[in-house]
Amino acid sequence: MSKAVELKQGQNQLFTDPDADRAREFFRHKSRAMANKVTTAEEAVKTLIKDGDYITIGGFGANRIPTAILHEIVRQKKKNLGFAGHTATHDFQILIAGECIDRLDVAYIIGLEARGLSPHARRAVESGNIKLTEWTNATLSWRIKAAAMGLSFLPARNIMGTDTFKYSAAKEIICPFTGQKYVAHPALYPDFAAIHVHECDVYGNAHVYGASVSDQDLAKAAKRVVITTERIISNDKIRQHPEATFIPFWCVDAVIEVPYGSYPGNMPYEYFSDEEYLKQWLNVEKDPAEFNKFFKKQIIDTKNFNEYLDMNGGIEQMIKLRAIEHLTEKK
Amino acid sequence: MADYNPMELMICVAARNLEDGATVVVGTGAPCAAAMLAQKTHSPSLTVMFEAGGVAPILPAMPISVGDSRTFHRAIMASSMPEIMETCQRGMVDYTFLGGAQIDMYGNINSTMIGDNHAKPKVRFPGSGGANDLASLCWRMMMMTPQDAKRFTEKINFITSPGYLTGGNSRYDAGLPKGTGPYRIITNMAIMGFEEESKRMKVININPGYNRKDIQDNCGFELLWADKITDTDPPHENELRILREEVDPQRYIIGR
Repeated sequence: MSKAVELKQGQNQLFTDPDADRAREFFRHKSRAMANKVTTAEEAVKTLIKDGDYITIGGFGANRIPTAILHEIVRQKKKNLGFAGHTATHDFQILIAGECIDRLDVAYIIGLEARGLSPHARRAVESGNIKLTEWTNATLSWRIKAAAMGLSFLPARNIMGTDTFKYSAAKEIICPFTGQKYVAHPALYPDFAAIHVHECDVYGNAHVYGASVSDQDLAKAAKRVVITTERIISNDKIRQHPEATFIPFWCVDAVIEVPYGSYPGNMPYEYFSDEEYLKQWLNVEKDPAEFNKFFKKQIIDTKNFNEYLDMNGGIEQMIKLRAIEHLTEKK
Repeated sequence: MADYNPMELMICVAARNLEDGATVVVGTGAPCAAAMLAQKTHSPSLTVMFEAGGVAPILPAMPISVGDSRTFHRAIMASSMPEIMETCQRGMVDYTFLGGAQIDMYGNINSTMIGDNHAKPKVRFPGSGGANDLASLCWRMMMMTPQDAKRFTEKINFITSPGYLTGGNSRYDAGLPKGTGPYRIITNMAIMGFEEESKRMKVININPGYNRKDIQDNCGFELLWADKITDTDPPHENELRILREEVDPQRYIIGR
């Protein structure tokens, strides 16, 4: 490039440390033991998340989400959490209602895609009480990938020239080989990630079916990882198809068996999302007092995830959602 | 002439712009309907992708989420978000569709906020999601939208996704891939493209029932006009039949 190029940088806050050596120092001491990690959602949230942590949630908002962990974070009143609003929908809706979040990396928040916007999440974000830094879905995927690779950034070709860049914490750089301008996206090493999977063994070796979003990178990037699983399978099953192992045990700190654990979200090949229930949330959120009652009953005063499932139709409802997923429901 | 509503017209026009053998990343709603209609008419081998990882599904129903199981039902691949976005960045994705609350004369789009204080917005929207990525990295971006002077505005509050930025070569000078950018803005009143040099929005077709005054009155900036403006070819009988009977029989989208 002949003329001097002005390199810009985003003006908002970077909430996490991108330093690869400090991340290595953490991972140096992370256990590699292939030990039985089966526990409960209550215990996992108590021991693996502390106030102020930066957390990430696997899946895609209301698809393959670890609902039991989200509820437990609310019940245990975890506060001042940082959150990656990466393809976030119902997961964000729960955490923001629980007043757990004080800073947000935004790619997609407050919406539930084709279902509409969350009135409560919108009120919370418009209050100005939550710190926001703007990103995009690809950017957060690549920030997580940079961490999974053990790096401090990845270059990319999106967001330059826009306000999304201006209110991010990214920086422009020049390619040392071609002179091309790139945006450098800082690595995102979350303190905590929760990912819902189809099956895993007691050590955390996991199978995931269907679109995987960013979860394979997320399991590597996060310092502490909890897996909730539709079912626990034997280690023999894992060894029969080693090519199918989506997450290996050394990434995983805790394993919790939670059948229907993505409810009210969709679990590919298992059950579809409960659209009536999600619609009910959006409706009741219009009235803050009504929503407080609803949220208290559904989550805060509920003992655990099984009680929540029973409250919302139990196995009979799950059978209906299975039929919708398998396109066999009787109209 | 067949009877149709503005949404049906926009979907039919969008579908005609998706040629056989091309690739397109779509969201839920009208873009997904346009891609399905194209596949069922002139573009059987159009490859449809969803940003959560689904590639070339045989859609049994309209997805409600770009990551739900329908988006990879009997698909070629159930991949990942980085896989889809990197395919775009590599130059293998021809088309995408965006939505938004505001658009300016260069096709820059706002889906983040209304107001002038980012920390305390008057109205907050979901943000980019994958929109900025797809607008940055796919070859041609299209938009289907109702047209009014508030939505088509001189100065948008926040550039979430890049159009041609400030026109001319500014998009490429900013570092975005060469040859990419907004291609067609399809409204209830007209079809717009972008002028070669200035990169300003330019009317190329007028929809049945509207005239130049309607189109300019419902736009907050000065539109350019193509030398030879033609009437939009209205939806054909077979397009409407397939759209209504096969693509969206529940009228989730065309009933809006």
